[in-house]
Amino acid sequence: MLYSPAPMHIPDGFLSTLVAVVLWILSAGVIAYALRRVGNDLGERQVPLMGVLAAAIFAGQMLNFTVAGGTSGHLLGAALAAILLGPWAAIIVMTTVVSIQALIFQDGGLLALGGNLFNMAVIGVAVAYFVYVSVQKAARGQRWGVFVGGFAAAWMSIVIAALACALELAFSGTSPANVAVPAMGGIHMLIGVGEGLITLGALAFLYAARRDLLHIGEAAPKGGRVVWVGGLVIALLLAVLSPLASAHPDGLEWVAEQQGFLEAAREPLYSIIPDYVFPGISNEALATIAAGILGTLLVFGVALGVAYLRRRQTADR
Amino acid sequence: MHIHFLDPYRAGNSPLHAADARLKFVLTLAFILTASLTPPAAWPVYILLLALILSIEILSGLGVGPVLKRSLLALPFVLAALPLVFTVEGQALFSLPLGAWTLTASVEGLARFVSVALKSWLSVQAAIVLAACTPFPELLQAMRAVGLPRLLVAMFGLTWRYLFVLADEALRLMRARAARSGAVSSTSLKAGGNVAWRAGVTGGMAGSLFLRAFERSDRIYVAMLSRGYDGEVRALPLPAFTAAHWLTLTAGLALLALLLGFGLLFWG
Repeated sequence: MLYSPAPMHIPDGFLSTLVAVVLWILSAGVIAYALRRVGNDLGERQVPLMGVLAAAIFAGQMLNFTVAGGTSGHLLGAALAAILLGPWAAIIVMTTVVSIQALIFQDGGLLALGGNLFNMAVIGVAVAYFVYVSVQKAARGQRWGVFVGGFAAAWMSIVIAALACALELAFSGTSPANVAVPAMGGIHMLIGVGEGLITLGALAFLYAARRDLLHIGEAAPKGGRVVWVGGLVIALLLAVLSPLASAHPDGLEWVAEQQGFLEAAREPLYSIIPDYVFPGISNEALATIAAGILGTLLVFGVALGVAYLRRRQTADR
Repeated sequence: MHIHFLDPYRAGNSPLHAADARLKFVLTLAFILTASLTPPAAWPVYILLLALILSIEILSGLGVGPVLKRSLLALPFVLAALPLVFTVEGQALFSLPLGAWTLTASVEGLARFVSVALKSWLSVQAAIVLAACTPFPELLQAMRAVGLPRLLVAMFGLTWRYLFVLADEALRLMRARAARSGAVSSTSLKAGGNVAWRAGVTGGMAGSLFLRAFERSDRIYVAMLSRGYDGEVRALPLPAFTAAHWLTLTAGLALLALLLGFGLLFWG
């Protein structure tokens, strides 16, 4: 029931180790900076506020509405978090949500968590913040700025995060860019409408009930400018990069080949023991069979051991 | 209806339940990393990794069946890797005529695809066992021990604590909506209103959930203040990591390194 509404949580195994590690490093850097900022700006009230709001976003993902023929629209929440909490706190809140989804509900992998954090907590929040603030500025504090900005921010954050996800899969050599980018982009342009409409509804409710929470006309939070620029750059980069990548999937393969230093690093391993074969296991099929037998023995051994212990425990009682 | 059934933790008294959470956490990550680094088509290594995780599932007393059932969760994502069968060049397996194009499947492509699916399946099983054998507070302790920022760990803990409260709240909102408006039991029936209206209603529910959470956080803050909270997140000291723990950790890592080395050497 708390499963991801959008097919955007990458499970383990789909990102190459190199891509996964690079994304981990990027996300960890941004999150560490966000933690520092939040610690400085929000003060002691931050922990309960952000913790409970993260739980609210988590629970809010259960809310759905029927679209047509058994499909339904859901909320992801990055845009809502960015609008209500400001960029830095939203990054922390989304980090919490995405991490718990991976740790507890296996929604997205643990090694792939770096990538999922980057897509949903960093890109999702930065793009949403950039779009929302820009539209608000254009609206000069009028009402429609909140609503149009909220809808556009939610839609853009979903679509851009999906494009990033597709590119990551392409870089990993898991999914060719000319398939992944149009497929992910296309699906999420639709899912994004659902996200946008729910965000719009939520903002309309809050506008009526607690306008003070929307911070209309207040000065931008400290460091907001950095996120605004970051969101702009990410949105532009991905909007340009992904069509390019899908038009020239060879380009990505070229990059992947340049990553060949992994291969190169492995080279010496072979030269140490050239033509070495396992005694008795010279052939791959034989090795597979041997592994199968060994594995079966291992599983049976453990099962027998556990059964034996259980019997003895019950006998003791 | 209460939402507590969502907690994946299953109580038990297996050696895995008793093991230190830090050990389980690090070894799970190492297992997933090993699966990720194993080269494609290194079938013996995949078989051994599968045997390892199946043994652990039996040892944990969770039962192989429930874990395997839950592990199907990541299955839909396999679609993303399906094009590999046709895009990787190699020995032709079969051809699919598709209008103007012909899709040619290759043996190498199929091997890459199956490898990705296997890696994913192995990893998700490891993650399931970790979550099912380790109470969340112990997992939080493990995360603190491996050096995650204290503020972040405190956030995880608070979110976890109130997740069930707010999920109950969300369920109540949904029940209220079902009682008052167009919930349709059959997908063939037309739902009430148009899509935008239904989305708007759901949005109002999300907004109301947010507002309730916001107000609840106020009360929680006041309650924390009255119990001596001063902005500093404090946690109990971690229990000692004994020599036996180190030994188990080293043995586990060595086993995984051995399997990985085996794979890299012969199939890398």
